Amino acid sequence: MLDPNAPILVEAKGVELELPDMNAARAFGRRPLTRILHPVTLSIRRGEIVGIVGESGSGKSSLGRLLLRLHEPTAGRLAFDGVDITHASQDTLRPMRRRMQMIFQDPQSSLNPRRRIRSIVAAGLTLDAGQRAEIRDGELVRLMVAVGLDPALLDRFPHELSGGQRQRVGIARAIATRPDFVLADEIVSGLDVSTQAQVLALLRRLAGELQLALAFISHDLSVIRNLCHRVVVMRAGRIVEEGSCAALFDNPKADYTRRLLDAIPPLVPDPNWLGRPPPGAAEAAQAAG
Amino acid sequence: MSPALLSIAGLSARLKRPPHTPLLRSVDLEVAPGEVHGLVGESGAGKSTIGKAILGILPGAIELAGGTIRFCGEDLLAMPAGRRREILGSQIALIPQDPMTSLNPSRRIGDQLTDGLRLKRGLNGKALEDKAVSLLRDVQINDPEAVLRRYPHELSGGMRQRILIAAAFSMDPKLIIADEPTTALDVTVQKEVLRLIRSMQASHGTGVLFVTHDLGVVAQICDRVTVLYGGMIVEQGATADVLAAPSHPYTAALMAASPRHDQTGSGMQPIPASLTAALQGELARHGLERVTHA
Repeated sequence: MLDPNAPILVEAKGVELELPDMNAARAFGRRPLTRILHPVTLSIRRGEIVGIVGESGSGKSSLGRLLLRLHEPTAGRLAFDGVDITHASQDTLRPMRRRMQMIFQDPQSSLNPRRRIRSIVAAGLTLDAGQRAEIRDGELVRLMVAVGLDPALLDRFPHELSGGQRQRVGIARAIATRPDFVLADEIVSGLDVSTQAQVLALLRRLAGELQLALAFISHDLSVIRNLCHRVVVMRAGRIVEEGSCAALFDNPKADYTRRLLDAIPPLVPDPNWLGRPPPGAAEAAQAAG
Repeated sequence: MSPALLSIAGLSARLKRPPHTPLLRSVDLEVAPGEVHGLVGESGAGKSTIGKAILGILPGAIELAGGTIRFCGEDLLAMPAGRRREILGSQIALIPQDPMTSLNPSRRIGDQLTDGLRLKRGLNGKALEDKAVSLLRDVQINDPEAVLRRYPHELSGGMRQRILIAAAFSMDPKLIIADEPTTALDVTVQKEVLRLIRSMQASHGTGVLFVTHDLGVVAQICDRVTVLYGGMIVEQGATADVLAAPSHPYTAALMAASPRHDQTGSGMQPIPASLTAALQGELARHGLERVTHA
């Protein structure tokens, strides 16, 4: 269970972000800047899973990348484990990189198709101060087992694996460096529901065992409800609502959150959900056609 | 019951190359006029293959290995190519999955929207433009005159999907194949698009074969549903019955694996290994049957 007194690992205070506007039609020269994030404040404790939810263009991925300091905040303050990294240089960040990792959306394109699983997962270990080969082999087997994969797959290429297996490799790669903070950006959106259920069960178990601070970005509120401790709802670069999962889902305060929840098709047929055509419309059409 | 609009019987498909991996195993399926029929399953279930077989756009690596696809009583697979083309252009239409890649980026919306009307109905000039404007109105696009002159990249995903829906309904088809038409959309946009498909379908009396992986979408838009696994039908029936009391354990497992936003601690149950093994056994039996018949 989540310890409410666990130390805060990732802390963003009033961070803002402006990036070059990719929609601006311009062949040469500098693109004008566009505002991606309005002041956003968010902290994640060790062992806590925070869901970041929003629709396309809400800034959820940009916020995630900013938390990893892949983007430099335009304003505000970003700290990792108490160290201010708002404007830290790459040299300062490099030793910390091991402690912050990312799992990507599309395991198909985020794994190098020409490298074996062994070398993909080992890349993280190499980063961790050049371990000797034999130690590494033992460690690789341990990682594969930890993510529920047969260690024999280490000698395969990514295309030989299923989508769910590839996503497990992505997770193994991320936890190889023994990180404290992991960002998972839409990692199950390309998977079938049965595979999705397995990958999420794995992620939940690992996050607990390794006491990760986990930021879980998703457009899927249903997944977030069943995985996260806390959730922030984003829209147009702002957090419109945040709270514990149960509270926010059962009793949403913001109109936008309510609209999002209403838009999820429930598993039980509900004639009012879409506003069905009057009963008998299909039969009437049959008679006419 | 009135005669089926679409009636698929014993449809089998396989990879062209040895070992001819089966992709569809003797699928039987009927869509009545005005019915929205859901085809649901996970990847590799064969749901898109069925849609593509009807439209005659199977990828080159796949071949049909038997069965019939009757549309209004005529077998699409047995008729001359010319007759089939006539039907496919105007009586059977497609709403594709990806609104980003399904429109030609170099043509204006108005031009590609009206291809069918121009080529098959011989409309042109003012009549054509009026028809195009009213099509866009039907899918609730504001300022249709301006949108007709736009290029796809100038429009949002939801707008593009509306245009594809307008294009599908432009010829007033009897049957529409909707292949995951909302998978690429945000949930709020998805709801609008589902509502639109439902109301257009109801007012035109169109039969819809609705391919999706989302049981929630099935629950809200489909009158009947066919659940597929590995190219075989595991369950078929009225949506309300199937979801309330699934007769096949796979359907129940699929529902249990779907995440729920309305309850904590339910949903997202991985499919048990015993069920997967049982399904593989069923698939093997189907494979054998097909071979002994051949």
